[in-house]
Amino acid sequence: MNHWIIAPVLLPALFGALIILWMRHDLLLQRTFGIIGSLFLLGTAIYLNVLAAGGEVQVYRLGNWAAPFGIVLMLDRLSAMMLLLTGFLATVVQLYAFGSGWDRKGWHFHALWMFQLMGLNGAFLTGDAFNLFVFFEVLLIASYGLMIHGGGPMRLRAGVQYISYNLAGSTLFLAALGAIYASTGTLNMADLAQRVAALPPDDTGLLRVGAVLLLIVFGVKAALVPLHFWLPSTYANAPGPSSALFAVMSKVGIYAIIRFFTLVFPNDSVVEHLATNLLLPAALATLILGQLGVYGTRSLTRLAAYAAIGSIGTLTIAIARFDETGLTAGMYYLIHSTLAAGALFLVVDMIAARRGGDVWIRLRPTFPNTGLLSVLFFATAIAVVGLPPLSGFIGKLLVMQATADDEWMPWIWAIILITSLIALVAFGRAGSTLFWKSHELDPEPDNDTDEGPRPKPGPILHKLETDEHIQDVDDSASPALAFTSVGLLLAGLVALTIFAGPVTDYLARTAAQLHDIDSYIQPVLHQQEDTK
Amino acid sequence: MEALVATAIGALTAAGVYLILRLRSFAVVLGMTMLTYAINIFLFTSGRLVINQPPILRDHSGNITGYTDPLPQALVLTAIVISFGMTAVVVMMALGAFIEGGDDYINMPEEDRNMPPLLTVEAEEESEIAGQTKGGSA
Repeated sequence: MNHWIIAPVLLPALFGALIILWMRHDLLLQRTFGIIGSLFLLGTAIYLNVLAAGGEVQVYRLGNWAAPFGIVLMLDRLSAMMLLLTGFLATVVQLYAFGSGWDRKGWHFHALWMFQLMGLNGAFLTGDAFNLFVFFEVLLIASYGLMIHGGGPMRLRAGVQYISYNLAGSTLFLAALGAIYASTGTLNMADLAQRVAALPPDDTGLLRVGAVLLLIVFGVKAALVPLHFWLPSTYANAPGPSSALFAVMSKVGIYAIIRFFTLVFPNDSVVEHLATNLLLPAALATLILGQLGVYGTRSLTRLAAYAAIGSIGTLTIAIARFDETGLTAGMYYLIHSTLAAGALFLVVDMIAARRGGDVWIRLRPTFPNTGLLSVLFFATAIAVVGLPPLSGFIGKLLVMQATADDEWMPWIWAIILITSLIALVAFGRAGSTLFWKSHELDPEPDNDTDEGPRPKPGPILHKLETDEHIQDVDDSASPALAFTSVGLLLAGLVALTIFAGPVTDYLARTAAQLHDIDSYIQPVLHQQEDTK
Repeated sequence: MEALVATAIGALTAAGVYLILRLRSFAVVLGMTMLTYAINIFLFTSGRLVINQPPILRDHSGNITGYTDPLPQALVLTAIVISFGMTAVVVMMALGAFIEGGDDYINMPEEDRNMPPLLTVEAEEESEIAGQTKGGSA
């Protein structure tokens, strides 16, 4: 047993506790330990990727108990990849939280950050269905704190909606686990896979109910239409860095769907093609709704939130096929959309901060760093919409390639292409309003002194009320650091584009490993000589 | 026994679902509590209802006379703790939203959807002057 497998869960727990207990009042210490923790996690994730790349599924038995009885952590290529993605996003976005000064808007930002990472990493690693529920709750309870960080009536109210929705989701999760346990008598995922496959086909009513409930729960987490209602207000009202980290949180739902519906309920098992049949229409609806939302909204933060919904739709279209090409394309788009959505939330937050907290897409005079920000917004928009040369284009191409022989192919292609156009128009409109036309409102340079009537100046920028709940450019501790953070995310996207070949090869091997169910079951249930 | 437990779960769920569809956060919190109770009992029954049996195997000789499945009990314990904690969080959050926002409606207020008018310096001054004269006359 390699003890590093549990490090992504233990380290953030340790760091979070240390930060809360010993450095409550010292922001510098919190930042130092926060970034050390994130870097540590990133390093561990890289090491675990190397470990998992060999193709052997690694098992970590907590307390060394024999498998279906004790809880196990499982490390395969998919979990390792998700750990790396989380580690990278968390480290980079944390830099943004320092640079923008968001982390001093309220208490315990860095501790919550660590607990959020603990929940995320645990959810990616665990090989036990009930343990997955527990880690979901850990990441949710930390995300509640991060979401309302900074306070303010709007944010709190959106937070109440968010909690209520997800609490209802959690109760459904428990109901699903109860149904599954009642029909199979186990909650270990590998054991579940075996027992579900061995169930007599005429006695699976309860199990099917459990499977559908699970799909609903993961759909809530992933914000698939019609379970997406919590997402727009939550992401739009959350602080920028929190929303950027939440970009990976909604991917937990996708991860869980991939895990459960390739391992436990694969397409030809007792649940037949239930997952595909439910997911594909939901994914298409998600994509349409997301991109229409991008087009229809007049608020920048909501634009980013709907773009996140749209990207989940695109990747779920590919995932819903559950074959190797589909999973490869879906996972590629998953990495891309996490980084792109993170970058978009950060850019939007920077723009809003420089406009005195005004998140509405309307004419305001130009603000500091307009040039640089317009470039960043442009690049991010290219990535999110899926234009060449960035990875969004390759991702959409892969998704379309994977669905080329699907019976729904004309619908899928038409929807992907048309909604891309809609998003393109929406981003173009937002960008030109924010950066281009704003120049018209700038006061004219004073050439003529007092001769004749001066041209009427546009409305003069007035700061919205100075509000501690809204990020303000004056609070920004180090704008350079914030720009670096966005730059790093974009660099990640560029790297994903340049190394698209090796990455897709690796993802194809990941997908193959997901389909090789025996390689997952064997190490857990059959190779347990030294266990208690 | 089965009928009693099933009725309890059903009644709690129905009440819970009805309450979480209300528009005030107090009712929603109550509904959540009911729903989690219902789910806790449901989890408990997922190990089958057995009366008067211990959750351990007493006899190692192989002739097991009867026992209760211990796993759902452990699951319920975890679920109770988590749902209790979550309820506390949602109560705090709802209180915060009520105190800061002035009412306990679940829906987002209008300002979340509608673009507020852009205040220019002039308009702001005018409104301030208007406010002052109003204050002065009162």
